[in-house]
Amino acid sequence: MNEQTLFVVQRISAAILIPFVLVHLGLILVAVEGGLSANEILSRTHGNFIWLLFYGLFVVAAAIHAPIGIRNILREWTKLDWRMINGLAMVLCAILLILGMSAVIAVF
Amino acid sequence: MKIDNALQVRVWRGGKNGYWSEYAVEARDNQTVLDVVTEIQRKFEPSLAYRFACRVGVCGSCAMTVNGQPRWTCRTHVRRVIHDELLTIEPLRNLPRIKDLVCDLEPFIQTWQRAGAIFQGQTTRNDRPQKVNPESSSRKLADSALQCINCAVCYSACDVVYWNRRYIGPAALNRVWTLLNDERHTAQQETFNKAFSRDGCGSCHSHGNCTRYCPVELSPANSIAGLKKLAFISVKNGK
Repeated sequence: MNEQTLFVVQRISAAILIPFVLVHLGLILVAVEGGLSANEILSRTHGNFIWLLFYGLFVVAAAIHAPIGIRNILREWTKLDWRMINGLAMVLCAILLILGMSAVIAVF
Repeated sequence: MKIDNALQVRVWRGGKNGYWSEYAVEARDNQTVLDVVTEIQRKFEPSLAYRFACRVGVCGSCAMTVNGQPRWTCRTHVRRVIHDELLTIEPLRNLPRIKDLVCDLEPFIQTWQRAGAIFQGQTTRNDRPQKVNPESSSRKLADSALQCINCAVCYSACDVVYWNRRYIGPAALNRVWTLLNDERHTAQQETFNKAFSRDGCGSCHSHGNCTRYCPVELSPANSIAGLKKLAFISVKNGK
């Protein structure tokens, strides 16, 4: 993927993340109103396709957005070459996808 | 020599591992930073190295760091930049220091090549000059980016260049923007691809230091923003 595509993909994923983060933060505020428990969370997410889709997309957008940003930060702040930087960014992408998706699936 | 009403001037001497030298220079009503440097060289320090040519803000050779900020010294009045009666003058940031106030501009000039900021026309010297309609939208877009004096002030002001010396930097990207809006330029796609290659315009953080310090009030930040927008619609061939 060339720089132009990465640039565009990162901006689009950022635009997707904005409403997701806002809904997520709002949900946290509402969810903790009457105390937070595993039962309460599971009762909301269990078998609920809307939340599965919401957090599934959230994870994908974050897993795309963050590694491209980390790539730029590594380029600015370290002396690593592009091969190393791209490798680390791919590892971060994989970690975010695996951890995020397994959490989303676990509460479904 | 005791001078009443003196300016304290701290000047960088030597190369990378140099030192500060202090001079007392007579304060005058109308005095530019370049006047001060010239006075120091003529009166106290004949071996002081610095660059200048036109002295009227056209050639772009006299840029230095004055009290921590990049300035064109020939058009910078001392009274506007002096701080606590002290003036510190050193070479531009982000470029290798050669001697005293002179830095090596080669890395800066090379950014033009790397950015593909080189005009390629389709006519020869035997053809009549091509006409550009001043009212066309592309010519208007280029308007605010033209007449850069290549002083390297924006390159020196840019924090991204400071972090990553391989970043192309604002001046060359600003030039790219004028080329992509120049209907006579034939290598549109090639120029765009080079400007958007690694360490190219995608690395810009939009801090806007380039625009803030540009002595001729261009806006490289706007030009780079224009390039970033083009990334979304991709560049139109033969625009």
